[in-house]
Amino acid sequence: MDDASNGKPKTELLDQLEEGPWPSFVKEIKAASQGSEKATDLLRQLERSYEERKGHWKHGGMVGVLGYGGGVIGRYSDLPEEFPQVAHFHTMRVNHPAGWFYTSDALRTICDIWERHGSGMTNMHGSTGDIILLGTTTDQLEPTFQELAQNGFDLGGSGSAVRTPNCCVGMARCEWACFDTMKLCYDVTQAYQDELHRPAFAYKFKFKFAGCPNDCVASIARADLSVIGTWKDDIQVDDAEVANYAAAGVDIQKEVCDLCPTKTMGWDGKKLSIDNRECVHCMHCINVLPKALRPGKERGAVVLIGAKAPIMQGALLSSVLIPFVPAEELLDTLKELVKRIWDFWDEYGTNRERVGELIQRVGMPAFLDGIGLEPVPEMVAAPRDNPYIFFETKNGGAK
Amino acid sequence: MPVFECEGRMYEVDEDGFLQEPERWSQDVAKDFAQTEAIADLTDGHWKVINYIRNYYLQFGIAPMVRKLCKETGYKLNEIYQLFPSGPAKGACKLAGLPKPTGCV
Repeated sequence: MDDASNGKPKTELLDQLEEGPWPSFVKEIKAASQGSEKATDLLRQLERSYEERKGHWKHGGMVGVLGYGGGVIGRYSDLPEEFPQVAHFHTMRVNHPAGWFYTSDALRTICDIWERHGSGMTNMHGSTGDIILLGTTTDQLEPTFQELAQNGFDLGGSGSAVRTPNCCVGMARCEWACFDTMKLCYDVTQAYQDELHRPAFAYKFKFKFAGCPNDCVASIARADLSVIGTWKDDIQVDDAEVANYAAAGVDIQKEVCDLCPTKTMGWDGKKLSIDNRECVHCMHCINVLPKALRPGKERGAVVLIGAKAPIMQGALLSSVLIPFVPAEELLDTLKELVKRIWDFWDEYGTNRERVGELIQRVGMPAFLDGIGLEPVPEMVAAPRDNPYIFFETKNGGAK
Repeated sequence: MPVFECEGRMYEVDEDGFLQEPERWSQDVAKDFAQTEAIADLTDGHWKVINYIRNYYLQFGIAPMVRKLCKETGYKLNEIYQLFPSGPAKGACKLAGLPKPTGCV
């Protein structure tokens, strides 16, 4: 490809990607190309891809570090003669700290390691949550891994393994967290080191932990096993603060009560009333009136199963598996549950079948039977709307 | 196509070092490739895994799933990593002369 007369790579098409209002990866790669030949060849190859409307990365690659079966994603250019600096351009995934808290020293350490061993370009963070180190050659993988390990970092998950568990920032910054997401994320990461580094499953398995139903890590849409904080008792109401919001101009009836999905709230101009039995814990009222309302005191989490993004088949959202686990029992409950789920998935899952797809194929009743859980009404999205489920009152009559 | 050379013997390999001519495979070939996988000596344990993978591949045309490999050879997964430090797919399949296993990362 001909470069422009100023010696920089020709990037007519890529330049258009810098024009919009959003931050652009093109700008970042151009900045990196000041000191990195890899970034320059990356720009050239990418411009070519836009010209030809064709990707120039080969599919797959089987590279890694000794002792681990994951953490490195092989990338090779299919035009290695033209773009020698990106002939190998492997990605390394590094396990991020729960909640993405770093000291600036830690960030500098990672960047320094990567400037010595790779392109210097990173992606903080990838959609898995991991630190993504972009672009290195096969011979640099082991030295990078060793140096990362000496500085307290480990590789993340890739392939058919437990992926690096991920959580929202939780109690570190958010008063709504109903359990300590960062601690649970760390404990689960430690508990499943073998399954994280040495792929043994039919396909990937993701854990995500969200402290409240706002679900800031979108666990309900992306995790095979989602743990979402919730509470069992009543929403805590501070009447004086509700009155303050009203005095400050918040239209409680219109902005809170009318937008409640189950219309379980009332406002008489002075006092907010909530019928907590009808509350579906959507967080709307708490989000609108954060000083006045907060989750109840009896806190824990709901455990859900089976979400995935659309790769092999269509996207799935999680389904409720356990409606409520007290916060202090979460780790033990998860360990027992996950053991049973993996046993069932190992036995019946086909190659590259996510656990959510397996449940779709065999049916939720067979899956529940397989893992030894009783069906409960909370597993159904809207139990009272479903004509095929009959609830009985305690003395036997239809409800 | 890259070439892997071992004591004068030349093998065509792909960019990850997997043998490109499956019909050339023999135990001696496996011994040559062991050097690329940080394996000093091929023990009975190594051969048990290699032969299982090789036979499975000849019968079914693909590499066995990890779970099946463990079940049939009696090795736990971390024991397989002790035998083949880069793992069953990159290490053991390479020595068994299989083409690169496909998978999604």
